[in-house]
Amino acid sequence: MLADASIAVTTRSTPPPPPRRRFRGGGGLRGHEGAAGWLFITPMVVILLVFLVIPIFMALWVSLTSWNGSVNPFSGGPGAEFVGVKNYTALFAQDGLTRSNFMQSISNTFWYVLFVVPLQTVLALGLALLVSNKLLKAKGFFRTTFYFPSVTSSIAISTVFLFLFSNSGAVNAFLKLFGIDGPQWFSDSRGLVHLLFNAVGVDNPAWGAHDILGRSLWDWLSGPSVAMCVIIILVVWTTSGTFMLMFIAALQDVPVDVEEAAALDGTSGWQQLRYVTVPMIKPAIFLVLTLGLIGTWQVFDQIYVMGKGAPSGTTLSPAYLSYQQSFGNFKYGSGAAMAFVVFLIIVVLTRMQRYVLTDKDERRSFRSIFQLGRRKGASS
Amino acid sequence: MTRRSVRGTAMVGMATAGTLALGACGGGGFSSSAPTQNASKGPVKLSVMIGSSGAAETASVKAATSAWASKTGSTVEVIAASDLNQQLGQAFASTSPPDVFYTDASKIGTYAKAGNLLAYGDQVKDTGFIDSLVTAFTYDKKFYCAPKDVSTLALEINTDLWAKAGLTDADIPKDWAGLETIAKKLTSGNVTGLVLGNDINRSGAFMKQAGGWVDSPEGAFTATSPGALQGLQEVQKMMKAGSLKFNTDTSPATGWGGEAFGKGIAAMTMEGNWIAGGMKDFPNIKYKVVELPAGPAGKGTLLFTNCWGIAAKSPNQAAAVDLVKSLITTDQQMSFAKAFGVMPSTVAGSKAFAAAYPDSAAFVAGASYGQGPVNLAGVDDVMAKFNSQLATLGKGGDPSAMLAELQKNGAAAVGG
Repeated sequence: MLADASIAVTTRSTPPPPPRRRFRGGGGLRGHEGAAGWLFITPMVVILLVFLVIPIFMALWVSLTSWNGSVNPFSGGPGAEFVGVKNYTALFAQDGLTRSNFMQSISNTFWYVLFVVPLQTVLALGLALLVSNKLLKAKGFFRTTFYFPSVTSSIAISTVFLFLFSNSGAVNAFLKLFGIDGPQWFSDSRGLVHLLFNAVGVDNPAWGAHDILGRSLWDWLSGPSVAMCVIIILVVWTTSGTFMLMFIAALQDVPVDVEEAAALDGTSGWQQLRYVTVPMIKPAIFLVLTLGLIGTWQVFDQIYVMGKGAPSGTTLSPAYLSYQQSFGNFKYGSGAAMAFVVFLIIVVLTRMQRYVLTDKDERRSFRSIFQLGRRKGASS
Repeated sequence: MTRRSVRGTAMVGMATAGTLALGACGGGGFSSSAPTQNASKGPVKLSVMIGSSGAAETASVKAATSAWASKTGSTVEVIAASDLNQQLGQAFASTSPPDVFYTDASKIGTYAKAGNLLAYGDQVKDTGFIDSLVTAFTYDKKFYCAPKDVSTLALEINTDLWAKAGLTDADIPKDWAGLETIAKKLTSGNVTGLVLGNDINRSGAFMKQAGGWVDSPEGAFTATSPGALQGLQEVQKMMKAGSLKFNTDTSPATGWGGEAFGKGIAAMTMEGNWIAGGMKDFPNIKYKVVELPAGPAGKGTLLFTNCWGIAAKSPNQAAAVDLVKSLITTDQQMSFAKAFGVMPSTVAGSKAFAAAYPDSAAFVAGASYGQGPVNLAGVDDVMAKFNSQLATLGKGGDPSAMLAELQKNGAAAVGG
C-alpha cells in the first residue's frame, strides 16, 4: 500500500510532457485550426504591414538620406542623396541649431515624462481604488466622470486650458482668492528646478557650466518650465482616466479570499495595499507605465496648440521638432532621424522598467534583458 | 536561438525584403523626372489649392477661376486647404500636386530649393508689379511667381483715447522721437500706449526704419547689421519707459495686438489690413490708420504677400500660366479686394484701391517701401528660435545676443 502511494506521488509530481505535435506540420484538427487562424488575421496583418511596418522601414531609409520631399526618396539621386549617419551625428555631435533644439527638446520631454508618468500612474491607481471600494455607491457615475476627460479631443481641451491659464484666466483668479499672484503661465520660461535652486540661493553656479552635448549642466537641470507645467497638468488629468480603467480591471482580478486572508492576518489598509494588492496587480502597473512612457515621449498635440515651443523653446518636444524640421524646412531626413532616436530612447527605458519590475527570483542578469525571446515564462 | 526569435528574425527579414521590393517598383509612387507637358491646346483640368481666410475668399476665387474656365473651355477645381503648408508638403511628394497654389513669400526659398516651383516670373514681369513684391518673390536671382496680393503694417490709433489725451492731428508721429512722446502720453492706468505682436513680424518694422534687416536680397544673413540692432534697441527703450508692451505681456494677456487694441488696453497698435476684419469683434472702438513713423534711415514697414505658385510637376504649365494671368488683372484684383480686403499687387491696382478706399491710404503707401519676409530656404527653425527669444525682450533679453545667435544659425542654415 505504501509502495503504491509513493509511486502515485512520484508520478503525480512530474506532469507528463506536452504533446509535441505543434511543429510537425498540419495534420488532423490542430493543423486546420492553425491555417484558419492565419486566414482570419491575414487582413489585419496586411493592413499593419502596409500602413505601419513598411512605412517605418521607409522612414528608416529616409533618415539615412537628405530627402527634400520632392523626388523619389529611393532613387539616391539629387534631392535624396544617401548621407549615411550624418543626420544622426548632426543631432549629437555637430554644434548648431539642430543639435541645440534637439537637446532642449529631449531635456524638456525628459522632465515632462518624469513628472507625468508617476503622477498619472499614482492618480489612476488612487482613483481605481476609490471607485472599486465596496462601500461606494453610484460607482458607474464616478467611473464615467473620471474617464470622461480621456475621450474628449485633446485639441479641444488644450484650447480650453489656453483660456483657463491665461494671465487673467480662471486659474489666476482662483489663486488671487488666496492672495497668491499667479505667474504668467504661458510666457514664463523659468524651470521649476531652477526656481527651487534659486529659493536656496543658488543661481547659475560654476559647477553648472559643464557642457554636455552642447547644453550646460545647469540648463539640463532646469526642470519643466512653468508653461510646460500647464501641459503636465493637462495630460495627467486627461490620461489618468484610461489607466484608471486598466487598474479597475486588474483590481477586480485580485481574488477576494486573498484580501480576506490579509485582513485576517491583521494588516492595516496601507500595509494591505503595499504588500498584497500592488504586487498582485504588477502586470497592470507594468502596462500603465509602459503605455505612459510611450505616450509621453511622443507628445505633440498639446505642444502644437499651446505654443509650438514657446516660451524660449521650453515646450519643444522631439515629435514637434521632427514635424517642424520635416514640413517646415523640408529636411525630412533630419526629422526622421529625430523620430528614430526617440524610438530608441523609449525602447531602452521600457526595457529598464521591465527589469526593475520583474520579480527578483525571475530576474536574470542585466545583459539578458536586452536579448530577445529568452525569458522563461515571460509574457510580452 | 529559440523558436520565437527565429520566427521574429524571419518576419523582420521578410518585411525588409518587402520594403525594398516595393521601393524598387515605386513607379507610381514617386516621380523623379520633369513631367511631359500636355502638348494639346485643348481643354485641361487644373486644380488650385488655396489657404482661405473664410467663405468670402473661397467663393471669390471659385468665381474667378470658373470665369476663366468657361472662357477657355477647361475645368478648374478649387480646393480650400485646412492646413496649406502641410497639405502642400504632402502634395509635393506625390506625382500630381495641385497645378496652382498660394505660396507665401516666406516659403519661396524652401519650395524653390526643393524644386517644387516653376519659375515663370519672366512670363509675367511686364504686368507692372510693385518692385518690393518682385524682390520678395525673387530667390537665387529668379523671379518665381506672380504676386497676388499684399498687406502692409501701419499704425492704428484709438481716436477716443487720442482725444482724451489732448492730442490732435498735428501730433501724429513722424519719427521715433514723436512716437516715444505720444506713446508715453497715451499710457495711463491699464492702457499701454503701443502694443505690438511679440515676433519679428512687428518689431522688424523698426529694424527696417533704422536701415537694417535680417537678410539681404542676395540671400545672405545680415542680422548683425547696425540697423537691425538699432531697431530692437528702440523697441526695448520704449518697453523700459513703459509705453510699449508685447501682446503677451499685457494684463490681461491678449492673442495679438489687434485684440489688445479692441479691448481698449492699447491706445495704438501696429497691424495690417486684416485689422478691419478683426475689429468687427469690437464695434465700439473708433480708430484711424496712419503710416508708421520714419526711423533714422527713413520710412519702413513690413509687407506680407502671397503669390500664385505653379508646380514644377504640373503637366499643364502653359494653361496654369494663362489662368494666373487672368487672375492678376486690375479688375480681378479689385474684386478680390472688395470681397476680402487684400490690396492688389500691381501699381495700377493699388492706385485703384487707394481711390476706392481712401481710409486705407496708409496701407497702400507702405507697399512701396515695405520689406518682405525672410524667403531663404530651410530657416523655419532659425526664425522660430529667434522669435521665441525676441518674446523675452521685455523681460531683460539682450538684443545684440539674440541677433548674434540669429546670424550664426542663419548663416549655418543657408550655407549648409
